[in-house]
Amino acid sequence: MINLQHFLFISAIIFVLGIYTVVTRRNALGILLGTELVLNAAALNIIIFGFFGNQVVEASIYALFVIVLAAAEAAVALAVGLTIYQNFKTIDTMNVRELKG
Amino acid sequence: VTSWQPLIFFGLSGLVVVASILIAFSKNLVYSSFALLGTFAGVAGYFVLLGADFVAVVQLLVYIGGIMVLYLFAVLMTSGIGDVKVTNKSIATKWALPAALALLLTLGKLIYGTKWFASDQPVVLEPTTARIGDMLLTEYLLPFELASILLLGVLVGAVALGRRGVQAEGKGQ
Repeated sequence: MINLQHFLFISAIIFVLGIYTVVTRRNALGILLGTELVLNAAALNIIIFGFFGNQVVEASIYALFVIVLAAAEAAVALAVGLTIYQNFKTIDTMNVRELKG
Repeated sequence: VTSWQPLIFFGLSGLVVVASILIAFSKNLVYSSFALLGTFAGVAGYFVLLGADFVAVVQLLVYIGGIMVLYLFAVLMTSGIGDVKVTNKSIATKWALPAALALLLTLGKLIYGTKWFASDQPVVLEPTTARIGDMLLTEYLLPFELASILLLGVLVGAVALGRRGVQAEGKGQ
């Protein structure tokens, strides 16, 4: 029988890899991929505690809101990314340094 | 719950961990984007394993059907489809890798060191969709409506952002 700790550890691995991606990537889209990993790990954590605490329905609702927010974030961030690309011809965050461009 | 549960768990773990490592370390942004598919599918599998059937289906529809396609569009539009080696460079890996490992060790120590609550009732697996629908329209009505307002704002905002670029390009020509 798989217990709570194993599930939580997998979620922690996803979270840490997401943080690592956010910190190290130079490509703005790469950074967004990292945030998706972090949000997915958070939703997974909520469901894990819901399952082991016998509250799957409540946990599902919270996970659904996480998914809604992740989708909203991805849509806006990708629109921003495309606009940056149109203005700078690159989405490398090291080269996008100008404000009031 | 049953004897094949560990097998599924470790299979999904392998998929999720390998895909996440690919996202974090791959040099090619297209590979990273496609590896996201593995992570999302694996997490959807975990949701099924944990009895959250509705969330698993939503994960498949929204993440794999929507966000993945959006990402691939964005990657190919910003890097060029003819560009075979879409670079996805990393910085400061020398410092970030030990920091990430330390974070993982700390979290692991916390997870395995804490004495978690133990639910004494046996877990009952049943369909959750009907109860989620009931609760969204009664107890969680306010957050539900706020989410719909947020989505409307996102829709308008994303269109406005994307359209401005198109107009500027048209003026330049």
